[in-house]
Amino acid sequence: MSARAAVHARSLTKIFGDVIALEDVDLDVPAGQIHGLVGPNGAGKTTLLGLLLGLSVADKGTLEILGVPSGDVLSVAHGVAGFVDSPGSYPGLTARQNLTSLASLRGEVRASGDIDDLLDRVGLGEVADDTVRGFSLGMRQRLGLAAALLGKPRLLILDEPANGLDPVGKRQVHQVLTDLADSGATVILSSHRMDDLAALCDEVTLLATGRVVFSGPVSKLEAESGELDYRLVTSDPAEARRIAEEETSLTLVAGRKQAAGDKPALVVRGHEAEIDDLVRRLVGAGAAIRELGPVVPPLEAAFLALTGADDQELTR
Amino acid sequence: MTALTLDEPRRTEPVALRRGYRFEMVKLVSQWRLRVVLLACLLAPAIYTAVVSRQTTLPADAVYGRLMNQSGWAGSLTILVFMGTLALPLLTSVVAGDIFAAEDRLGTWRHLLIAVRSPRRIFWAKTLAALTATLVLLAALALSSVVGGVLSVGAHPLPGLDGHQLSSAALARTIALAWLSVVPPTLAFSAVGLLGSVALGRSPLGLLMPVAVALVLEGVQLLPIPVALRMALPINAFLSYRGLTTEPAQLSALWIGIAVSLAWTALATFLAYRIFTRRDFTNIAFDGNASRFALVGLAPLVALAVVSTGVIAAATGAVGNGVERVKLESALSTSFSHLYVLQTERLGRPVVTEGELHATAACDKGGERVEDAGPGADWRCVVTWTLPGATAEGNAIYQLDVLPDGRFTADGDGPKEVNGFFQVRTPTGDAPNPLWQFDGLVDLLAEAKGQE
Repeated sequence: MSARAAVHARSLTKIFGDVIALEDVDLDVPAGQIHGLVGPNGAGKTTLLGLLLGLSVADKGTLEILGVPSGDVLSVAHGVAGFVDSPGSYPGLTARQNLTSLASLRGEVRASGDIDDLLDRVGLGEVADDTVRGFSLGMRQRLGLAAALLGKPRLLILDEPANGLDPVGKRQVHQVLTDLADSGATVILSSHRMDDLAALCDEVTLLATGRVVFSGPVSKLEAESGELDYRLVTSDPAEARRIAEEETSLTLVAGRKQAAGDKPALVVRGHEAEIDDLVRRLVGAGAAIRELGPVVPPLEAAFLALTGADDQELTR
Repeated sequence: MTALTLDEPRRTEPVALRRGYRFEMVKLVSQWRLRVVLLACLLAPAIYTAVVSRQTTLPADAVYGRLMNQSGWAGSLTILVFMGTLALPLLTSVVAGDIFAAEDRLGTWRHLLIAVRSPRRIFWAKTLAALTATLVLLAALALSSVVGGVLSVGAHPLPGLDGHQLSSAALARTIALAWLSVVPPTLAFSAVGLLGSVALGRSPLGLLMPVAVALVLEGVQLLPIPVALRMALPINAFLSYRGLTTEPAQLSALWIGIAVSLAWTALATFLAYRIFTRRDFTNIAFDGNASRFALVGLAPLVALAVVSTGVIAAATGAVGNGVERVKLESALSTSFSHLYVLQTERLGRPVVTEGELHATAACDKGGERVEDAGPGADWRCVVTWTLPGATAEGNAIYQLDVLPDGRFTADGDGPKEVNGFFQVRTPTGDAPNPLWQFDGLVDLLAEAKGQE
């Protein structure tokens, strides 16, 4: 794998009218990496992906992709492929015709076996000769991925590639992307699903209101999660509540109303070490711990914390 | 999987226009709607001409409609009338009006831009593909109308709109030229379709822009507008083929129609190109801008019509609506002479030529209180002629319905032996009376050409 960065951006700013879509965004993606782009709606992910694909140019800042500085609109480095918003396909054509016509458009002479292989890789081999009109969202996503892979890209940019995919489809897509990265290509993908990113990405960049609020390895993002909410079910709920209230470093959170038949549970907010202390005291008091786990996974909690979304989600 | 290596940095080249064109054609051909339209173009004219030409009631309102049962060529010319009024603008709506909007509807603009890397080449590829598809549909219509008519009725001679007989070979040539003559206005409406499709996206108005423009222009055409304005509208070019059926051919309107159509094509295509290449494709919510379209799309076309009117008026000296008594009398007497000769032949009477008849016509519009000019169904004409060796003059009366576009229908009002009955008794049986009802054509630009 080359040490050269696939993407090197400094102070990227993009403004649409009165809206600052991106502001002073720095981004470094080494070649061969799967890099996640995450953020709430309106964070600027699609705008950034559009810049990387050359669909628009930044109003300020510098962008270098595969060693080529960003130029005019649509003038990007050779080897960049992908899609934003949703993959494009033509409903009147079959999956195979979509790919062969696209390959022909790009001047790529591909044997039918190559197209078949590509369709098999994304799990569309059996419906290769069906018109796309009848395809589900997930199947169109897979076809879009196959179309993006046609040119053997060195930088693949995908917007929500797992959108609409069932677990099997998701696994297939993950495998394709992992294989691609193993071959030295770079993948940048956006997703709202933190678990998808955690399973795939070496590093993630978290955007909020057009700014980068985190960029680095996934493990480091988990550490950014800070306090988490934990759901606690014990053999003695009253005693557990009393002990939790005594722990000044912990906060009792008013969770959702419990349905009849649910085990009585507490939701406590605190750092991991403080939860450990609580558990030790509960056990010491003779209360059995029947269930304990974060209400929101750490990555998602980090997302919520860093983007400020958790302030709106939870009430004490 | 083999490891990829980082090549030398280089930029992606835009896709060649030839490949873009092929891609657009693949997409067009894959549309079931277009396939259905092509099938309809191949079958409908043939079926129509075959069925209608066997009916007792013929579409006499259309030029040559009343002759559909006499010659197969008439069917094609009748179809051509319908083409210019709405069918060809509708076809251009289906193809050109949708070719850009389809990408908006499917949400595939970014996909296409990433693949092609040049909005300019996308524009020209789509434009050429739309042009190809439109011409194929037009050729299918022409072929179907001719085949249907000739196979069902036969390739018999027909009178031109000045009454002179056109042989089957001359008709074949005339009809080929007539269909070719509607190509330029079809291109003009295609360009309007491109403009609507580019500017208004998924909006139904964008899709139907050629039809909407055609309907508006049709409405204008029905009015007794100045002849220079009439000639400056591309819809009029759909009618100018009628001048090919006269002897000599009335070519002024034809050439003006071609020039006007090409000017509309160039301007509308340029406007579409400018709007398209300036579009912000990052805005996926784009769905056209009707008010801006009125300013940057329609206003220049209106300005072109105004300028064209001035140029045509200056170049031809044409004033008024072009329907004048003297020209109408000349056209009627010419048609009558030719058709009288034809009637004489059918009746087996001694041969007479048009020149020997010295036919003249005297026309009056609506009585003494109405000016003898302009279109209307209240024209009454008396045709007078003399036969060689005869001292008495013959007279025949006609009621004329003169349309603003110069076409007139002459309805014989007697005497019965000449033009009062729809059939004549020939040595071989009853035959259609060519002098009973016939279509003619006033050359609206004739005065400007100094023919009067």
